[in-house]
Amino acid sequence: MSAATPVLEVRGVTKAFGEREVLRGVNLTVREHEAVALIGASGSGKSTLLRCIDLLAEIDDGDVFLDGEVITDPSINPVGIRRRLGLVFQAYNLFPHMTALENVVLGERWAHGASRAEAEERGRALLARFGLEGREDDRPDNLSGGQQQRVAIARAFAGRPRALLLDEVTSALDPELVGEVLAAVRDLKAEGMTMLIATHEMSFAREVADQVAFLHEGRIIEQGSPSQVLESPQREETQRFLKRLLEAGRA
Amino acid sequence: MPSDRRLEREVAKRRHQRRGQAIALASSVIVLGGLAALVFTSPGWPTVRETFFSWPVFKQSFPHVLDAFWIDVKVFLVVEAAVLVLGLVVALVRIARSPAIFPLRLLATVYVDLFRGVPTILLVFLIGFGVPALELTGTPSDTVVLGGIALALSYSAYVAEVYRAGINSVHRGQRDAALAVGLTESQAMRHVLLPQAVRRVAPPLLNDFVALQKDVALISILGPLEAFREAQIIEAQTFNFTPLIAAALLYLAVTVPLARVVDRLGGPEGTVR
Repeated sequence: MSAATPVLEVRGVTKAFGEREVLRGVNLTVREHEAVALIGASGSGKSTLLRCIDLLAEIDDGDVFLDGEVITDPSINPVGIRRRLGLVFQAYNLFPHMTALENVVLGERWAHGASRAEAEERGRALLARFGLEGREDDRPDNLSGGQQQRVAIARAFAGRPRALLLDEVTSALDPELVGEVLAAVRDLKAEGMTMLIATHEMSFAREVADQVAFLHEGRIIEQGSPSQVLESPQREETQRFLKRLLEAGRA
Repeated sequence: MPSDRRLEREVAKRRHQRRGQAIALASSVIVLGGLAALVFTSPGWPTVRETFFSWPVFKQSFPHVLDAFWIDVKVFLVVEAAVLVLGLVVALVRIARSPAIFPLRLLATVYVDLFRGVPTILLVFLIGFGVPALELTGTPSDTVVLGGIALALSYSAYVAEVYRAGINSVHRGQRDAALAVGLTESQAMRHVLLPQAVRRVAPPLLNDFVALQKDVALISILGPLEAFREAQIIEAQTFNFTPLIAAALLYLAVTVPLARVVDRLGGPEGTVR
């Protein structure tokens, strides 16, 4: 596994909002077909890191590489880079004025230049794949949270991304809806999708991730296989974080 | 088979409704009747009735005022279409972040500040008399056109701000999601932000159009024979104000239905889709 080529490389990335330093030199590598779970307390910068990688936020220092090529240079047009990545948001961020199918098809048509018929055929197939057959013409507000998040996953996947970035995709869901969304992610993992998954679901991280990275105060302070990091963490901060999650019944 | 308790509840509910209706009726009779009595028993009422509500004068003047009113309708429709487009353009220029259009953005900001800050009647005067005075070839000389341009410039400044507020009110996550699927900034605006913004601002936009419909009367100061002007002329000939009432009724015939549309769009269960 570790011999695979890196798809995403984050090197020494820093990001501050005014005085508040959110990322203080993050180093992280996601290799081809690998799923890396990014764990850490709320506000530890997981979302910020994903937004920086998808160029929705600008980093202050360091570099991000996609397939060995720097993508965070200010002179690079971010649109072309974003078309090679997929991002799924915590709050789904579906387009409320469009149907499920239109949500999935939008990027395909306008960013990737597919014809309407082509894009819709693929969009229908994707929705069916994530268990949404028959919901193509529903608007987001007629769908449950779990269904909305699966539409969002289909939308991010529709652009055939090199890597998918998942930002806490289950934390806005009712507990009984979490499973269906995790099943969708598991499905993508089985297909060999390269993924960086910010998550609070430790059992899911253990099951689906090849690597777990613990983000603490703006740095990745511990990284390794799920069993290393989650069962026998070396750093005291990791131990404390996992203990708190355990007490809250989330691990 | 409904339960006894349910039937009881329904009877009580009907009784409550009937009581509410009775109260509404009684209070309406008292308030409106009181107002009517006050007006109709006032010492000047017979004179007012003769000079404002003379049926013969109404019958004689109404066709003329109606004829002139078509100018108002035409100006309204053309200006409204122009305002919808110009207002949107100005709003988009003010929102765009591209450094290339900095001079345009500056111009748009100055335009909104100036034209929103000057009374509409003053703009009608300035453009209606000022532009022809320049004696440039190709400038319009028709007073209806000049008046229409003044109205369009004034209302576009308001409407631009309505659009802008609407676009800014769309949640920031929508722009993020549009960019994340690979759209450019302008595609995100066209496919994601603008459609949501326009739905949201439809009620305030219609509200501005009710106001525009009335303000068409302002072009009368330039001379064209629109409804208000025609009514004034007849009034001067007959020494009777009834033609103005006729004009008022015509304006209402357009603005009241528009206002009901606004209500339906903005009402509690009338969310726009």
